[in-house]
Amino acid sequence: MNIETNFFKRLNDWVNGEADRLFPELHETDAPKPPEPVATIGPLPNKDVLFLTSYQAVALIVVIGMVSILLYTVYKLPLFGVADNPAVNEVVERYVEKGLEETGAVNVVAGMILDYRAFDTLGESSVLLLAITSVMMLLLKDEKNTDPDEELIEAHEAVIEDHNRDMILQTMTIILMPAIMLYGIYVILNGHLSPGGGFSGGAILGAGLILFASGFGHNRVKKFFNMKTFRTLTTIALLGYGVLKTYSFLLGANHLPTGIPLGTPGAIFSSGLIFVLDICVGLIVACTMYGFFSVFSRGEI
Amino acid sequence: MNVIYELILIVFLFVCAIGAFLSERLLIAVVIFMSYSLVMSVIWALLQSPDLAITEAAVGAGVSGILFFITLKRIHALKGTKDE
Amino acid sequence: MKQFIVELINDRFMIAAVLLFGLGFMNLLLQKNLIKKIIGFNVMDSSIFLFLASQGYINGRIAPIITNGVFDAEVYINPIPSGLVLTGIVVSVSVTAFFLALTVRLYGIYKTVDFDEIMLLINKEAE
Repeated sequence: MNIETNFFKRLNDWVNGEADRLFPELHETDAPKPPEPVATIGPLPNKDVLFLTSYQAVALIVVIGMVSILLYTVYKLPLFGVADNPAVNEVVERYVEKGLEETGAVNVVAGMILDYRAFDTLGESSVLLLAITSVMMLLLKDEKNTDPDEELIEAHEAVIEDHNRDMILQTMTIILMPAIMLYGIYVILNGHLSPGGGFSGGAILGAGLILFASGFGHNRVKKFFNMKTFRTLTTIALLGYGVLKTYSFLLGANHLPTGIPLGTPGAIFSSGLIFVLDICVGLIVACTMYGFFSVFSRGEI
Repeated sequence: MNVIYELILIVFLFVCAIGAFLSERLLIAVVIFMSYSLVMSVIWALLQSPDLAITEAAVGAGVSGILFFITLKRIHALKGTKDE
Repeated sequence: MKQFIVELINDRFMIAAVLLFGLGFMNLLLQKNLIKKIIGFNVMDSSIFLFLASQGYINGRIAPIITNGVFDAEVYINPIPSGLVLTGIVVSVSVTAFFLALTVRLYGIYKTVDFDEIMLLINKEAE
């Protein structure tokens, strides 16, 4: 009886906004306060004020001048959406008319970026690897970029999070996660048949992993995706891409005939190497996207 | 008809860009930037580039928004939470 | 005058791309907050992508996915800008992540993301 009236009184207080929390004993607030900002900034010196105002004026003039030059260029450019635009030349004709025959991909864009211009995509996957490497250099936890206060706060927050997982988020994750993963894999595997391909499918897979990690915590993800998996997958995908495309060095400049049967256009196992290359790109993009999230939020993968 | 629809979307783009730059709170700026990305993906679908539309919707509105949010948490800029 | 307005509406995507580029650039230069500077950079990125993609569009044609065995180049739009922009989008998110990582490190040292305050603190340290 006593407990019940106590509870209703507390509920009443909480609804009226007099009490901050319904169950204050569940939220022990002995976490150390985040460190105060060290900055105490006085008024600016005169020289700096002069510099700042003139900087703004100069920036405004530069931007307006540049935009007006660009607008004049746009006025002189060929009209939008006209077929005899000089950008539409024989290269485009070749890609569209011979693309399916030579690469086997129904989606001309996929055939272009993964066969005619495959080195471009290889360089771009390397850019992704470079980006995740530099982000890891900056944010991975080591003795130089951690301070004990912040570590204490993070450990405390991790304990609170583990005990108070959001039920709505978890249930929705259980419902949505299989659909997201399936859709990502579908987009990757159908890259040569429909819009999509390695980049978008990999981003969708990475987003699914991020959703799972925020619903169930990093430790659950760590059971099947840790630093070792990350390194293995990234290395295999990049090396596989490189090795699969080196045949053009061995066979000479004309690297279009691969010797691999192209298959029936429109079937899922068709278009030769594009299918495999799409999977490689998808793997590296998914690993990078989840790696960004993990390194940013926790300082490790 | 299509032209009017595209013009409305372009106006949305400008509203989103200016709103993201003028908003006081960083969280609101990031959310408006995510909606800017979504409008951009619709424009790409209208420009007959479905590959770009699907990639922008997954990358621009999804992953980069999440990265911005985590950064805001790391720099204690999320108002209304205990991080403030 | 009427013809000028018709041309203006016809070139809508290119004009919007240029104006968005200017808007993003102005914010990159004038905003004091580093996060907003990064958002301005992203707006510049996507405006350039919009310009490129609008160069590839041709009125009345469809996306370059071969349907019903029609191989005629007169039916499909230009696929090259789509391919270029596709790689560009993913590179832009990598660059954004790198910028944000630098911002987090700066915050770790100076406890602020305001550019002017950071410059003042650096000046104070140098003295």
